[in-house]
Amino acid sequence: MPSIRKPLIPLAPRATNSLGLTVRDYEGSMSTLCAGCGHDSITAAIVQTFFELGTPPELIAKLSGIGCSSKTPTYFVAGAHGFNSVHGRMPPIVTGANAANRANIHIGISGDGDSLSIGTGHLVHAIRKNVNMVYIIENNGVYGLTKGQFSPTADVGSTTKRGIPNDVPPIDPVELALSLGASFVARSFSGDKKQLIPILKAAVEHHGFALIDVISPCIQFNNHQGSTKSYKYMREHELNEIDSAFLQPSEVITAELPRDSSVSITMHDGSKILFRTLPDNYDPRDRNAAVNYVSRAKANGEVPTGLLFIDQESSDIHDLNRTTEEPLITLPFKKLCPGKSELMKFQESFV
Amino acid sequence: MTQQIDQIGLDNPDPTNSTNGSHKLSMKVNDFAIRFATVNGTGSASANNLLLKAIFRMGVPVSGKNLFPSNIQGLPTWYEIRVNGSGFTSRATSFDLVVAMNTQTYEADIASVRPGGYLIYDSSWFIPTKLLRNDITFLGIPFSTLFAEEFSESRERILMRNIGYAGAVAAAISLDTTVLSELLDETYSSNEKLRNSNHRALELGYNYAMENFHCPLPIRLEHIDSNKDKILIDGNTSTALGCIYAGATVAAWYPITPATSVAENFTKLCSRYRSETITLEDGTTEVKNNYIVLQAEDELAALAMVVGASWAGARAFTSTSGPGISLMNEILGLAYYTEIPAVIIDVQRTGPSTGMPTRVQQADIMECAYASHGDTKHILLFPADPEECFRFTAKAFDLAEHFQTPVMVLSDLDIGMNDWVVSKLDWDDNYNWDRGRVLSAEDLESIPKFYRYSDEDADFVTPRTLPGISTKGAYFNRGSGHDRFGGYTESSDSYIQVVDRLVKKHQASAKYIPAPIVETKPGARFGVITLGSCEMAVKEALYNLDQDGLALDYMRICGFPFSDDVKAFIDSHEITVVVEQNRDAQLRSLLILETGSSPDQLRSVLSYGGFPISADLVVDGLLNQLKD
Repeated sequence: MPSIRKPLIPLAPRATNSLGLTVRDYEGSMSTLCAGCGHDSITAAIVQTFFELGTPPELIAKLSGIGCSSKTPTYFVAGAHGFNSVHGRMPPIVTGANAANRANIHIGISGDGDSLSIGTGHLVHAIRKNVNMVYIIENNGVYGLTKGQFSPTADVGSTTKRGIPNDVPPIDPVELALSLGASFVARSFSGDKKQLIPILKAAVEHHGFALIDVISPCIQFNNHQGSTKSYKYMREHELNEIDSAFLQPSEVITAELPRDSSVSITMHDGSKILFRTLPDNYDPRDRNAAVNYVSRAKANGEVPTGLLFIDQESSDIHDLNRTTEEPLITLPFKKLCPGKSELMKFQESFV
Repeated sequence: MTQQIDQIGLDNPDPTNSTNGSHKLSMKVNDFAIRFATVNGTGSASANNLLLKAIFRMGVPVSGKNLFPSNIQGLPTWYEIRVNGSGFTSRATSFDLVVAMNTQTYEADIASVRPGGYLIYDSSWFIPTKLLRNDITFLGIPFSTLFAEEFSESRERILMRNIGYAGAVAAAISLDTTVLSELLDETYSSNEKLRNSNHRALELGYNYAMENFHCPLPIRLEHIDSNKDKILIDGNTSTALGCIYAGATVAAWYPITPATSVAENFTKLCSRYRSETITLEDGTTEVKNNYIVLQAEDELAALAMVVGASWAGARAFTSTSGPGISLMNEILGLAYYTEIPAVIIDVQRTGPSTGMPTRVQQADIMECAYASHGDTKHILLFPADPEECFRFTAKAFDLAEHFQTPVMVLSDLDIGMNDWVVSKLDWDDNYNWDRGRVLSAEDLESIPKFYRYSDEDADFVTPRTLPGISTKGAYFNRGSGHDRFGGYTESSDSYIQVVDRLVKKHQASAKYIPAPIVETKPGARFGVITLGSCEMAVKEALYNLDQDGLALDYMRICGFPFSDDVKAFIDSHEITVVVEQNRDAQLRSLLILETGSSPDQLRSVLSYGGFPISADLVVDGLLNQLKD
């Protein structure tokens, strides 16, 4: 996709993270998406997340399929390797990349068409395999690059810009992921950075497949009256009671968080996610509760957001395979090739 | 039983003497073919393999071809063994001995015995009178009755009946019983009950034949020493072994006949060679695997996983057959254009569409050569037998990484799933893998700036970098139009610069591909070009024609792109006939397209019915093409 380099404007000294890097080190080239696109807000949240986590940029592998959403990996972490692949096929490409080098941090950016139409089968199986990755669906309910066709997440009754209503029921990625046994399921809204960044941080730290469905209004083709993925609709219907805070291992839980109504979940590396103001004592570790909560909210015409489910002890693809800790790509040839004498021994049963 | 012999109209009490004298076979030592007709799912494979291996151990060149249905249980299946002391073991077209254990196919099986040949059948049942022939000998053995008395459990009875016919065949062809007995002991070394049952069943069949027929028959075996330094192995096992020896750590696949056993064997070999048991501080042990095998959701995803793994820096492969290649086209284009290595094993079967999944063809040549939309050309390797499957597969990884592109190994069902007698696999311990131009963190430090598609070498290859190494090596890999810096482009010139280099890179790979095998004869006016599993049949045909006074030059092509030798071979003959196993003469077409040879220079002999090509077909075809 076309991209424009960001001009280097001398600025006042910026804050640095644990690696001594500034937020600029986590930015990419300038976005060529439409002004006001929800995707750009998600990009900004990703930049902020990696900056705050102090993730070494070279360890990040950012991958995508095809569509407006899939353009965005160019717009964050210029120092990371990127892979803009083909429509819908990002999940198996990440599966392979993660299989080869488990030390990298894999983030996949997809859209609702990419993930829930052409690539549904791949998404489903990456969830089943519990590939250790952050999987973001930038969900706008519309095919933007081809100018406004319905996507598989368009609600029944929502209309195109020209007023034509959709009559095919949508696929809800959150319900889909919960039913498949996903180990981390969240939903957020591109316009709510305060909620999105802690979720992103938790997703990066999560050991396994972390799905984040981010409703991201399409300013051009799906931000009108009659759309259920518009800024206005989301602001009116977003149900963000399941609020969470992400705490790195070094951070101290501050008193301002209401302890009495919170659940603290410890992640693999010792970091913590603290859930607060939970509706009906919502426990994000209870898959059935999550399923019920999501479907009840949906029936009320609400869009529940937040970190909806987490299984912090799930086994990822490498745990299941019992892969060696060392990335497979660094194993030396001598260790991999059994050599001539073994070959001769092997052939003894073929004579 | 006597009554049943009467039923089939044998008037001579000694069935081996019942043939019409004029059709009597002359003595054939180490030169005959046997066909076994059974029902699939009854365990006949172990009996057939037992015989094949025993013949191999007697030092005699032999082949075994399994002609099986796409089914698990209950349909007709055949197994053919050809024994040939001179080493010509391509598929036989007529059979000296047929073992007819499947009443459903009696008619065809009885018809497949050559005049003067023999039929072993289960004389517990009648053979309809209309199927009887008086130019062959019927050797009735009441297997069902005999084995019902001996083995009480029904499943065991069915299995052991097959070992029983192996015993009878052993008596008929003078198979060394010590060899057989040793084989059974080895096979069932850990299961005494099964070992004893097998011995009993073998003896039952053997003794019945010895007591009731003039054994051995005129078709018989004698020990020779042709199999020194040879092994008996199927191509899918040796292909998997090639992946292990090449250092592949990631395999992604989707089950498909006839390629399934490549991935399954790789998995098995990995647990043998790539699994470490580590003792932890607390004394407990933990298994650590230096590999990962991914069973993908489909073939498209399988190749996508391979591409992801190769992009990240692992040696990765997938194995599939034609229908899988069709699905993989999208990712093949991506890997070609973004220059990511990938190894694809295509064990070809009969197409198009689902076709005949358990039958063979070489019909994916054109599809693989130009797979995916847009201008694409791929590197192909054509192994001819399991030994080459091992070598070429290991080579494929070097080629893929050196040239940063997909490499397809075109095996087929005949090579992949049948046992072949081949030279022992060899390995050079001094060999080191060729990872191609991959820049390390230090390499990156030493250059001012990294551009993915710049700085090409003599092979038109540009350096690549791996994620996780250095921000200096970071670039955006994209299947969309890109310039030589790796940036997005919609500019004609920048686009052309990259795709023109790709076609030069493809051509440059020709000199790294295994050279064609050439055998010339003085004064030969015509040439024959072939590939892959046709080799044995073509060589036998050429030998036979040479005996009849027609000398032909021979070239077997081992890969694509073609080297200059191929064009020179075609140009140095009045006519060159291309022998291949597909309907549309795909190799001939590729030769015309890629060498610039005129269609007038190249003719075709084609076999595409799904069974392995035979020397007879090649002889007839060549004579037909060269008669004017």
